[in-house]
Amino acid sequence: MMPRAITLTMGPVLFNWPAEQWRDFYFRIADEAPVEHVCVGEVVCSRRQPFYNSVIADVVERLERAGKTVLLSSLALPTLDRELRSESALRESSQMIEANDISMLRLLRPRPHAIGPLVNVYNERTAQFLAAHGAARICLPPELPLASIEAIAKAIPETAVEVWAFGRAPLAISARCYHARLHGRMKDSCQFVCDQDPDGLPVATVDDQKFLTVNGVQTLSHTYCCLLNEVAALADVGAASLRLSPHTVDMVAIAQLFRDVADRRREPQSALTALRAICPGVDLSNGFIHGDVGARFVTA
Amino acid sequence: MGASEGALELVCPAGTPAALRAAIESGADAVYCGFRDETNARNFPGLNFSRDELRQAIMFAHYKGAKVLVAINTFPRAGDTGPWLRAVDDAAAFNADAVILADLGLLAYAAEKHPNLRLHLSVQAGAANAEAIAFYVEAFSVKRVVLPRVLSVPEIAKMTRAVPCETEVFVFGGLCVMEEGRCSLSSYASGKSPNMHGVCSPASHVSYKEEGGSLVSRLGDFTINRVPSDQSVGYPTLCKGRFRTKFGAAHIFEDPVSLDARVLLPALRDAGVKALKIEGRQRGRAYVSAVVKTFREAVDALERGEAAPSGALTALTEGQSATCGGYLKTWR
Repeated sequence: MMPRAITLTMGPVLFNWPAEQWRDFYFRIADEAPVEHVCVGEVVCSRRQPFYNSVIADVVERLERAGKTVLLSSLALPTLDRELRSESALRESSQMIEANDISMLRLLRPRPHAIGPLVNVYNERTAQFLAAHGAARICLPPELPLASIEAIAKAIPETAVEVWAFGRAPLAISARCYHARLHGRMKDSCQFVCDQDPDGLPVATVDDQKFLTVNGVQTLSHTYCCLLNEVAALADVGAASLRLSPHTVDMVAIAQLFRDVADRRREPQSALTALRAICPGVDLSNGFIHGDVGARFVTA
Repeated sequence: MGASEGALELVCPAGTPAALRAAIESGADAVYCGFRDETNARNFPGLNFSRDELRQAIMFAHYKGAKVLVAINTFPRAGDTGPWLRAVDDAAAFNADAVILADLGLLAYAAEKHPNLRLHLSVQAGAANAEAIAFYVEAFSVKRVVLPRVLSVPEIAKMTRAVPCETEVFVFGGLCVMEEGRCSLSSYASGKSPNMHGVCSPASHVSYKEEGGSLVSRLGDFTINRVPSDQSVGYPTLCKGRFRTKFGAAHIFEDPVSLDARVLLPALRDAGVKALKIEGRQRGRAYVSAVVKTFREAVDALERGEAAPSGALTALTEGQSATCGGYLKTWR
């Protein structure tokens, strides 16, 4: 059987970008990026949500007009009433919701929805449970190895399985805001200092090894996950879609490279060289999918 | 023994049969433990229970009037879920008082295959709000949820009133800074993950080196801390490490402290919490005895309406310093 053609998804912007930059990013994705799905919405910190409220409708409209399917991403760790209310309000939208917390499953039932990469889907039993409860799409956690992706994709043929293929890997979420802590502030009076780091705040070891990135309450990898070398293998095991997570680099060009490799118009090695040129100074990793240390870049 | 109706239940760690006996003899109402494999989140060398050991431990506990809760709280491996299913089946066969689960698929299996087996939702499920908890209760008839250490006491009180099941909270021991069950920091540095392998910052990947007048602790290839040679460097748990940012070097996530919420026991009781959990299945018998005795006295004093005795546990906390962690909102 020929594997289905793999599609591309632009993930939600995880960082605190100025509303105008955020809007223009999505406008350009709408106009130029060869991606089928685009996720929109604040995942990391509800305090940032008001900034996007004035532009989100325009963004969704522009994306849909360009033929993209829009997914509205939910918060990763809603704990406050106000956060649960805004999650609940997502139900009123006509777009498909991407659930990033289990709380959304109850709110969304029985409506078809997507499961985001911050919900723990580690095996086929969980995937089948979610598919039976209306999950039309599941983006798997970035730490899963290829064998797990294969077993899960085989078990839920009717559900699109997506894999984290580009961008800093989300590694942890907390109630504590590390941006605020580093600036000597409390979370509730943070003054939105995370906007100073549009790709996250670099964290090195005390021996100056580049290591992690802080994004408010979220911790990500220093390296950008990059699965260009694994596109063919992912298609073979039944992955339906690859997720590209937005950074300030040229995401249209990144998407084009993944599209070209998926369509076999370009060799992965050549695409990788081009990608490194688009992201100067960025270190890449693909260890998780090889069952290795996540920070490593494994060359097959 | 055993908690009377309405009393706070003291849930204590048992990494070995010896620790289990020590916990029960020191006043535990319930102990939690796991099988000797990757089905539980404390999959450390030399810890946990064989099938025979668990069967006997449950008989011993029941004879003493204590409960045994079996933690099967990692996420089953895709294509190889068998060990996790067998762990649930065996816990049920041995008359465990409950199993503590985190994975949706495993919860679905347990609820269907063992309808009379009491299900507790592990902290590893990261259920941090009433909607999420209600989902687990409705889908699997979960009877108790262990709350993630990201909630303040007022939030716990509110949630406990709102949810149709019991709540259990951590009161002592190691403190996750990140939401439990949603952290792959260890996996990123070592390839070994809490969710998949039941380990965090595993000893197999830890090294200590003396380098030019400093003592360095590493996890995998990454330096977690570096101190002058005459100081103690501590175990390199990743989130308690010292790292460098543009603001300088600091414990940017959390200082090497551990949780001691004894002063909050009255507030937690008033919040309607059902059970208090002590972390530390990796700890030895002496530690477990000391901590359980102290908390037994504190809970009993609370029941009698007396002030808790202020026994010193400082020597038993990580880095010899304690925090109330996320239970106080200022922590955030």
